[in-house]
Formats: sequence, structure tokens, C-alpha cells
Amino acid sequence: MVEHGDVRVVHKGGSKINFREPALSTDSRFLLCASGESVKVFSTATEECLHALQGHTDLITGVLLRPSNHLQAYSCSLDGTVRLWDFTDGILIRTYSIGYPIYELFQLVAVHLPQCGEQLVEAKELSAVLSNISSNPAASAFGREVRIFRCLEVYFFKNFFLKKDNQKGGKNTFTCITCHPTEDCIASGHEDGKIRLWRNFNHRKEYTYSTLHWHHSAVSSLRFTPEGTNLLSGGVESVLVQWRYNQESQRDFLPRLGGAITHISVSPDGALFCTSHSDNKITIIQSCVKVSAVIQGLVKGDRIRTDLMIEPRSKALVLNGKPGHLQFYSLQRDKLLYNLDIVQQEYIHESGLEQFEVVMAAFDASGSWLATVEERKQKAPELELNLKLWAFDDQKQSFVLNTTISAPHEGRITALCFPHVSDGQTTMLVSTSRDGHFKAWQLAAPGFIKFYLILKGPSWSCDFLGAYHSLVPECCCFSADSSLLAVGFQEVVTVWTPASWELLTTLSQPPGAVRDLCFGRLSCSKYLLGATTSRLLCCWNLLTCSLEWVTSMDVSLLLADPLSENMAAFCFEAGSTDLFVFKPGEPRPLFSHKALCSGRVTHAVFVPREVMLESCDEASQWLNCSHLYFLTQSMDLLTFITKAEEDKLTASSKQLVVSDDVAMTPFHLLLGKHRDQLENPQAESRLSVEPIRQPSSSAGINELLQMPAHVLPSASFLCSMFVQSLLISKEEEMESEKEEEDSDGEMESRISRPEHMPSGESGCAAPALTKEEVRELRRLKKLDHSWMKGLLD
Amino acid sequence: MGEFVVHRVRFFDYMPSAIRAMAFNGSTQRLAVARGDGAVEIFNFADNYFQEKVIPGRSDRAIEALCWVRGRLFSAGLSGEIIEYDLEKLRPRYSVEAYGGPIWTISSNSQETLLGVGCEDGTVKMFEILEERIQFQRNLDRQKGRIISLSWHPSGAQIAAGMIDMIRIFDAETGKSTLKRSSQNRTAPKTHVVVWSVAFLSNDTVISGDSAGKVQIWDAVTGTLIRNHLITKWDVLGLAVSQDESSVIAGTSEGTVVQFQALASTMGQENNQWVRTRTFKNHTHDVRALVHTDTAVVSGGMDTQLVVRPLLDKVEKNTQESALRKILFPHKSLVCCARKAGLLLFQFPDHLELWRLGESRQAGDRLPVMKNPEKLIQLQNKGEDHICCSAVSPCGSWVAFSTVSSVRLYKLQLSNGNISIKKMLLRAFSAFLSFPGSSQPIHLLSASENGNWLAAANTDGQIHVFNLHKLKVSSYLFLHCTLPVYSSCPTAIAIHPTTGHLLSAHADQQIFEFSLKLKEYTAWSRSLQREGLHPLWLQRDTPITHIAFNRNKPAHVFLHDAFMFCIIDQSLPLPQARKKLYNQMDLKTISPQKRMQESHAFKICKMFQHLLSIHLLDDSSLVVVERPLADIVSQLPPPVRQKKFAT
Repeated sequence: MVEHGDVRVVHKGGSKINFREPALSTDSRFLLCASGESVKVFSTATEECLHALQGHTDLITGVLLRPSNHLQAYSCSLDGTVRLWDFTDGILIRTYSIGYPIYELFQLVAVHLPQCGEQLVEAKELSAVLSNISSNPAASAFGREVRIFRCLEVYFFKNFFLKKDNQKGGKNTFTCITCHPTEDCIASGHEDGKIRLWRNFNHRKEYTYSTLHWHHSAVSSLRFTPEGTNLLSGGVESVLVQWRYNQESQRDFLPRLGGAITHISVSPDGALFCTSHSDNKITIIQSCVKVSAVIQGLVKGDRIRTDLMIEPRSKALVLNGKPGHLQFYSLQRDKLLYNLDIVQQEYIHESGLEQFEVVMAAFDASGSWLATVEERKQKAPELELNLKLWAFDDQKQSFVLNTTISAPHEGRITALCFPHVSDGQTTMLVSTSRDGHFKAWQLAAPGFIKFYLILKGPSWSCDFLGAYHSLVPECCCFSADSSLLAVGFQEVVTVWTPASWELLTTLSQPPGAVRDLCFGRLSCSKYLLGATTSRLLCCWNLLTCSLEWVTSMDVSLLLADPLSENMAAFCFEAGSTDLFVFKPGEPRPLFSHKALCSGRVTHAVFVPREVMLESCDEASQWLNCSHLYFLTQSMDLLTFITKAEEDKLTASSKQLVVSDDVAMTPFHLLLGKHRDQLENPQAESRLSVEPIRQPSSSAGINELLQMPAHVLPSASFLCSMFVQSLLISKEEEMESEKEEEDSDGEMESRISRPEHMPSGESGCAAPALTKEEVRELRRLKKLDHSWMKGLLD
Repeated sequence: MGEFVVHRVRFFDYMPSAIRAMAFNGSTQRLAVARGDGAVEIFNFADNYFQEKVIPGRSDRAIEALCWVRGRLFSAGLSGEIIEYDLEKLRPRYSVEAYGGPIWTISSNSQETLLGVGCEDGTVKMFEILEERIQFQRNLDRQKGRIISLSWHPSGAQIAAGMIDMIRIFDAETGKSTLKRSSQNRTAPKTHVVVWSVAFLSNDTVISGDSAGKVQIWDAVTGTLIRNHLITKWDVLGLAVSQDESSVIAGTSEGTVVQFQALASTMGQENNQWVRTRTFKNHTHDVRALVHTDTAVVSGGMDTQLVVRPLLDKVEKNTQESALRKILFPHKSLVCCARKAGLLLFQFPDHLELWRLGESRQAGDRLPVMKNPEKLIQLQNKGEDHICCSAVSPCGSWVAFSTVSSVRLYKLQLSNGNISIKKMLLRAFSAFLSFPGSSQPIHLLSASENGNWLAAANTDGQIHVFNLHKLKVSSYLFLHCTLPVYSSCPTAIAIHPTTGHLLSAHADQQIFEFSLKLKEYTAWSRSLQREGLHPLWLQRDTPITHIAFNRNKPAHVFLHDAFMFCIIDQSLPLPQARKKLYNQMDLKTISPQKRMQESHAFKICKMFQHLLSIHLLDDSSLVVVERPLADIVSQLPPPVRQKKFAT
């Protein structure tokens, strides 16, 4: 057994961004939010993640701006440290080690943070401010000046009223609390949707409160604006309510925010609000109650019906997103790409209503086809099923519905599988169902004419219907070269040839129905692996049609890496899940990790890496081609990271510098593109060529933009000049043309060069030569060296 | 306790009248309530909110406002007269015509020397309060449009008047209008805004409540609007200020009462701001009248209930003080029963109804009515005055009632379906009851069954027993004895037919038994005082309004209040204060042995709710007169429409 020495399970990509309240920077330009084990810094204007502050080794449980320095922020984590960051540059300034897992960071950090210059500081002075308060982080807030006093008061209220509630059986339990920034007023949200504004609480007895009631169910978050003029509240209704302080009958609503509001935060200058939503989303709202940006994380419902999949084209992770949608999530950029509406029906937000759900989806190997299954179950016999096939449209860069097959099977579909055809078009899909059949669907040729009806493109229709002794098929799998199809009929695995639909052989290993089937890849493609319900993992050799080996483990998920021979098996053992990575042909597992997480892992995926890793370490070798992502029962997306990789990341994060022009204005788009065009070729040759010449036009444009509008001449006068300045001068153009020619084909350039040479030499030799050299250098730089990489590999 | 055949009477269509105005006298703790039929009721807040006096109304008297001046009660109404009431004889003492058309409001200054009334013709008239009467002093500047509301500055130098679309401030000395504030509705300028209520505070703040649903706070010096609170879509009908001017309550058409408090925005700061705090919803209809006492909010309105809502920050928690009280029914019996003839006499403000009870012959738990109850006579009162009390003799052949001015006696003859009624002439009263040392009105009378004794109680708590036997000899009532005066007012008295004991129940729920023969408290009464009544008994919030006795079982006493009736078995031990006071329904559920242990003198039945009266007939059947609240509510006009969530 290989120990999992330097391979660690981390939250990386697709983690919750709504876990704790985000923090807005003082100038409202940045949004800091805890996301897994890093703090992400988003630009509030462009929704882009600027960088991630990495360094914590466990879940981050709070982010807070440093009150004394608005360019620094604290973060706390379950790993027992509080870290101080310069978030604009992404530099870790200091680490305070507390020694206990920290669940929530207060404004007045309860731990006295010693002011030392050292990088790593041990903080041992713990002062217990509050004990016995609710573990819900929303249920605590600090007020203006006399914080300790105030929070004791709050504590008093809480205790007192919770006691009272129990007697009456009322539903006015506290859910959240906040303090007015300038006045003696505490706002509390309650389970029954009421907001109470407590006043006069400095006198123990004569406190008084007023009640505001708009929410119909529990108020989940409350916040005062920095001036204290408005109170913001949110709840399950996904409506942000803005109450005028002292004019409570006037309120503004921002409805249809899409998901239940979990946190509200307000920027210190009051210009922006931001709300976190239960569907892993942060909405940035301008103070005029207008949505200005939406930062969407990986949407996680309470469960995932489809598997985790990788879209072959964009390498995006695909799974259930919004109801009736598939989401395409880029793990590299940690960003939601888009949602694909599968059901194409209005989703009605009503509990107890049965609606169509996407339950299954599959991509073919080239990513040009997507098959989805949606079902609606009203009553057991009235199952409604739709099989939809989507073709990738190159123009739209999205999937377009090609065929809808209503009621493809009589029972629930258990598996969906495309063959792995590496070249050419996929023309086949296999689906298995509880009705005892498996069906092969074929892409039919176009041109079917029925009087006036001409089918415009190819569409899918049923080609073959297979069954085996009226047993129920549970899973199916194509071999790596797609010459074989294995279908698991309970205890029996049948192997078919898709070319002629002949039953080649049956394999069986009773007792216990086969749950997962998987063909080996590359050198191990002769092996077929199956996991059974009787806690066995079997490996058959298809050449000999015999059992190669069998081992006893309760495999909940069996997975093959598409880029290597490796296979991953998640085994459920004593309440937690273990992971084994192995090659079917080798007796020893490559990697094993005991007690990965509690509960069963039912969804996992191998994500191909963009850049292959060249780790020689035995334990981490299996991670060279792909990442392995898996989803725990608590809907956390976790992955493995090697030590080397981690070191590289932390090293690079310290050098990151935020570019000044984060704001993405239309002008920036215009100028930025222009500048990029100019800069990029130079940037590559930065080291070799003379210092970069600033684009001649940029000074003029800057002048144009910085001049006050009223002193400028009319726009029509400026327009031609402006456009002129954007154009590339003729000489430059010629040069670039030449360069293009050069790069296009060496043959041509060789022919053309002699013609040019004399003219250059006849002029002035020395500068021409250097010019030639420069050109040559540029050409070399521009050349594609990827073929060399291929050779080296 | 025995089993009874119960006549469950629900055909008494008693309908209380809406509350129009209220005034509270803090020094005597008396609340005066004016109802829509012109009746004025006096509640004693120091004595368990007991309704000690009722001045019957008149059909042509519509009271709009009430005002206490040093224990004197003035009212003004749409008839255009100011009336002062005689609280001893329970009738108007005199009335003064204001000659300004209907009067909308009346208010006295804090020095209690002047009475200002606001009239329909736009004048504020000042009356000087003299010892015996009031005298017109002068008019303030006449305005266009009626004066709806008035409020004096505590210094008495200025008076604020709420009108239609504006608030004016008058100088009380010169009578000149000093300031005018337009409170017109800016969003809909066509509609008029009625300033239903104003309050002038000592720090020169004027608070107004208007028909646009707003409570506005104005600076009376500069006339600027300081703060505007929109509290309802409908009208704000009333305002009331606490004594220390730190809290204001506003009543709305939605039936809510909204509290505003002057609070410092931060600790230690001086400038108080008026902040809307609590909302009480105890009414279904308009809240027309409001009073802010030191510890409670008292509100009344169209739904005829008087609600006393204690402010929990001012009273001790979990005491009797902190409980919400609703006063639904009058604290005296409106039903009289002829127990031999089986007749019921119901008293309405302007007529009497005499009913014969229905009959049933079967046995069982629920008896079907074989013979429907039948209304024998409806006796209409002539004249404008309302009936203040009525009685029917046990044999059912005599009916008497009285108004403020007259007493009428009728003789009934019921002979096989034919009813004849004959008005009897009463000679001038030959005998007068006089209570030495007290001029308070007598509110309870009870004669013994044999006609020997007459017990009378007045609102000072004195109970006197007279010997009627000697009345035949001389025309002078002979005072037999006087009971020791108890601090709380008696709510019901009765003389036992066999033992001759006088039983009295008081507003603080105490019960006394007095032996008329020995002229002292009986042993049972002494033991009751020694052991004390059960706390649950003392915590009831409606007084006992009737006491009756069972001839067959002399030890049994029947008592009832609005929510329960109780038979006290004087032969059984008294309940322990620590133990649970079981009522009869609960007793049935526990085991017989335990039931024996738990049995005590107070046998409480809560089967009947909203009880108006309980009588025991001579055939040992019980008559229970109920008036379910739903029946009263169904006769009320529909409340203002309110949007309810998810409808």
C-alpha cells in the first residue's frame, strides 16, 4: 500500500462562495469572499475573480476588513489561524495561530492580536467575550462603542426571549441581529418573518421595540447601511427589502434575485450592497437597489441527479444547476460558463409540485452530441420521460436541440452511454431502462420526405432493442475502441458487439447484482471491471472470458481515467469513504486514501489537466494526467492536490499584482484590446528586443480622455483624428504584413526577400541590418514551437 | 353538586352600543365611557375595573366628547349642548346650549378653569367653570370649517385646533389665531384631510392624527413638520398622551393602536425623537376613543369592547396587572326571571321583552325542545329616556321598570293564551331609603324571599339591611343593620331564603356571608377569610353579577360571572391555595378516588360562556342566558377592508 504522503484533499474550484458573509472593500471596488480554502478577491465592476488569497489549510470561516487599514483584511479558518492579508496585492502579511478551530470572526476580534512584526505569531491570549451564544453566525452582532456592554445586553435579550418563546410556543425565535451604526437601536430578525427594532435597552426594564413585518418566513439576514438611514433584510423569498429607518412604512423591494438570501453585506462607503444566495451566488447591488453584477459559483442543489461530467470541448464540469438546467462550470477559471435549459419549461416555485427534472446526461467523446433524460414522476405508474439529443452548434457555440424522444422507455432509464469514437462522428447512443430493455439509438440520415415535410438535418431514432432473460439492465459501458458493449443485467454481464448486435458472451459472478461496469483503457483495455452489490469488485479478462481477479470491497463508485490506465474506486467502509486508485493489470493499488470523507461518495469525475504534470513521485503519479474531483454527501466539491503543485501555487500567489485597470468600461474594452494587440507581440520579445515603444497613439488618447469635456473641440472634429490614431501606420502595416508572410510560409519569404534586400541595403546599412535582425528575431518568436513539445513528449 | 335541567337561552338579542368617547380622571382613577346611545358609564380602575355607575342614555343625545374637571364630568355632542352630569343621582345636572351648531370636541385647560369646545360653525368657544355651573366667556377667532379636535397647551396659554386640512394654534388670552399649518394631502390634493385628533405637548410640539392615516409631529413655534409616520391606509381617529409626555398612542380605523415613544437616539443624549414602537391589535373595528393611563392603554370603539392593555414595561410581569382585560358586558344583570312562572324579562335600552321558556319532556343528555320559547310581550318605553332598570315578580304577574324620570308598574294577566296588561298608578313614594353619611347612588337591591328584609348597597361599598315587615305599620323604612364597609364595591348581594344570611360578592372577587339575625359574619365567612380564596378564583377578571340559592339544598349558593358559573357547597372544605382548582369538566377525567380527594366547596362549571344570567327556577331547572360573542360581531357593521397576506 502506498501512503498518501504529500497528496492532500482540498477544496479547489466550485466551492461555496455563500458560506460566510462576503466583505466589500472600502472603495467598493473589491469583494472578498471565503471560498473553500482561499479567499477570493472579485472585482465588483466586472464580476471577475482577480486573484485568490491562498494559504489556509482548511475551510475559511470568516473574512473581515481590518478596521485600521482598509487595504488589509483578516481571514480565519478551521485550521486555527487568523491571517492578515494585503488583498490588493494578494500578499500574506501575518499569521496568527490560535490553536483552536475558529468558526466566526467578529469585528472586535475576540482574540487579542499582538502587534508584532514577525511573520508567524502565536496568539495565546484568549478573552472569552461571550459564551453560550447560538452557533449560528447571523445571531451575533457588535454595536458602535461599548461593544462588550452591548453584546451582554444582546445576550440578555436572547436568553430572556428564548425563555419566553418556549412558554408561549411562539415562533419568534431570533434568527439574525444587527446594530444601528450611530443610534442605540438593535434590529433582530425572527423565525416568523418579523423584524423587531429594539430601543431604550440601556434601561434594563423599559426597553421597547417596534415590529416590522413583510417577510412571510424567517428573516435570514439583516444589515444597516453605514449611515444608518436604511435597513436591509432578506429571506427565503429572495427579495431584498430596504426599509427606511424611522419611516418604516416606506420600503423598497428588489425582487426575483433567484435564490434565498443568506447574507447581506454593505460596503463601508454605502455605495454597494451584496447579497449571498443559497444557490451559491453573490449579487452585487447598487445602493439605488439595482443589480449591477452577479457572481455565480457552482450551483448546488440539495442533490445531484446527473453524474459529474466533463464537456470534451471546453473541459467544463457539467451537472445539474438551476432546476431544469445543466450548468457548465469551468474548474480552471472557477467560473460558471453558462446554463443550458434542458426542460424548457417554466419552473414553478411551489413545494410539493412535481416538475420535470434532468436526471441523466451524457456527452460523446468529441463533444458534439449531448444526450439528456428528464423525468417527471407524478405517481408511480405515470412516469413521464423525455430523451433529448442536443447537437453542438459551432456558430452559436452552444448545444441546440436536435431530437426529442418522448417516452423512450417504459421504465426509468438507468444508464446512458455513447461509444468512444475518437475519429469521425458519433452515430450511436445506448440507453438501459428498468423496463428490461436496452435500446440503441442511431443517427438517421437526413432527407426523409413525407409529402411536404422535409427533415432538415439528421435526427435520432431507435435502431435496436435488446433484452436478456427479462432481467433489468442496471448499467452499460462501451470498451475503449467501442467494439464492445457491456450491459449489466443484474448478476449477469452481457457483452455485445455494436456492429451487428450479437450477444458475444455473458459473464457472471453471483451473488449480487452488478452495479458499476467499466472497461480498462489503453494497455488495460482487455479488462472489464464490475462492482457488485455483494461487496465484490470483479475483473474479467475479455480475451479469455474468465475472471482475472476478485476482491472484496463495497465499491460505491468506479471510475476510469480517460487519459491513463488508472481507475478509481470509492469504497464505503464503516461510515466513511476510502479511495483506491489502481491499474487493472497490476496487483498493487497506486494510491489509497482512507476515510476521505464521511458518507458515501456517489459522484466523481476525472478532469484532464491542461498541462501535464511530470511528477515522478509514485504516490502522486496518478494525478499527472487528470485531477480527480468528487462530491461529498454534504455537497462539497473536493479534489486532490500534490505538495509540489501547492508549493507552486503559493509561490506564485505572492507575486501577483493586481493590474490597475480593473474597471471594465466600454472605453477600456476599446483601448484595452488595442493595447493588447500592440503589447502582446512586444511582450513576448520583451527581453530580446529594445525597450518597448509605447503606442504612439496612447498619449493622444489619454489626453483626449483626461481633458474635461467642455474644453474639447466638437466630437466630429476629433473623430477623424481619433480614428487616425487607432490605425496602424503604413510602414508598420507593411512590416506586419511581411511578418505574416514570413510566418505563413518560409518558402515564399525566401523568394520575396531578395527583392526587398537591395532596397534596404542601398539605403542605410546598419539600421537596416538591425531591422532585419529584429524582424528575424520576431519571426522566430512568433513561430509555433508546439511541434517541438510534441517531439519531446 | 347535582344535576339540573338546563334551559340554554340564546334568544336575548342584547346588543351593546359602540364606544364613542372616553375620559380618564387620574386622581380618582375613574374612566368615563360614552356610548353611541348616549349612555355614560363610569369604571373604577382602582377597584378591579368595576363598572360602578351607569347614566342611562337618551335617544336624542349623541355624545362626541367627554371631559373631567376635578371630579365633575362634562360631555358635549352633536345636539350642540354641553351637559354636566350628576354622578350621585346618575342623570344630567344641567345642559348649556353653545349656539355653535353640533359640538365635536371639548377640552379643559390644565388649570381647570376654562372649558373649550369646538363647534361646527368654526368657532372655539370658551366657557368658564364656576362652582355650580359653567358660563360662556368668549369666542376665539372664527374659522372657516368645523373644529374637529382641540388640545390645550399644558401652560394654558395656547390651544391647538384640528380642522379640515389644517391645524390652527390660538392664543387663549387674545383669541387670535397665531399659526396655521396646512396638513393637506399632497398626493391627492382633491381629497380633504380631517385632523381627527391633536395633542399639544409642553415642549411646544403638536402631534396630529388625520384621515390620511398619518401621525404627524409638528413644531408649534415655527410650524414645521418634524416627522411624519404613515401608520394606516385608513383614518387615525384618536390620540392619547401619557402623563409624562413620553408616549403617545394612536387609534386607527383598522382596529390597531400604535404607540409612539420619545426616545433618545443614543444613550445620554437629550434630543428625543418620536419613534413608532408597539402595535396593539385588540379591535376589529374603528378605535374611536383612547386613554393612556400610567400603566395601560385603554381603547374602545365600534366593536363595543373596552380593552385595557397593560404596557409591559410599566407593570410587573406575570401579575394580575399585566393581563389583558376586555370588558364586554355590563356589570349588572339585564335579565330578570319569574322563577315560579318560568318567565324571563329582558331589558333593552328602549323596551322590555317578556318571554316564556320552552319545554321538553324527554330525558337524556340533550333534550329536544318540544315547545318553543315564546315572546309574550314587548313593552315599549314612551319618551326619550332609556330604561335604567327593570324587574318581574316571581309569580310573573307584575312587571316594573324605571327611567331617569319615572317608575312604571304593570300588572300582567296570563290566562290560557290571553295576555292582558294593565298599567298601575303609583302613589308618590311613601318611603325613602337614606344612607347615613353617604350620598353615593344605590346600585344593588335585594329583598328576601319572605319579604321581610331588603338589602341595599351603594357604590361606596355600604350595605344596609332594612326591615320591610314594619313598613306595613309605619310608612318609614326601619334600618335593621349595617354591614361593615369593605373596601371593594359589592357587585351582587342576596339574602338566603331559609337561613337569612346575606351573601355579598365584591369587585375584588371576595365573598362575605353575614348573618342578619346575629348581625355578624358567619363562621363560614370567617373561615373563608382566614384560609383565603384560591388564587385562580381571585384572578378572574369579570365580577359576579348574580347570586341565587337552591331551596332544596340550603348549603348551595349559585354564583356566576361572564365566563363561568359556580356552586359553592358550604358543607365541603375550602380548596387549598396550593392545589389545583379543578373545574367540573376536568374532574370527570380523573379517577373517582382522586375526585373525592379533590372535591371542594367551589364547583366551577365553564360549559357556558359569555353568560348574562343564571337563574334557578322553582322546579329545580336552571336557566342559563348566554350571548355568544359571534352573534354580537355579526350585528356589527363590516370592518374596513384590509389586505390579508395570501388572500
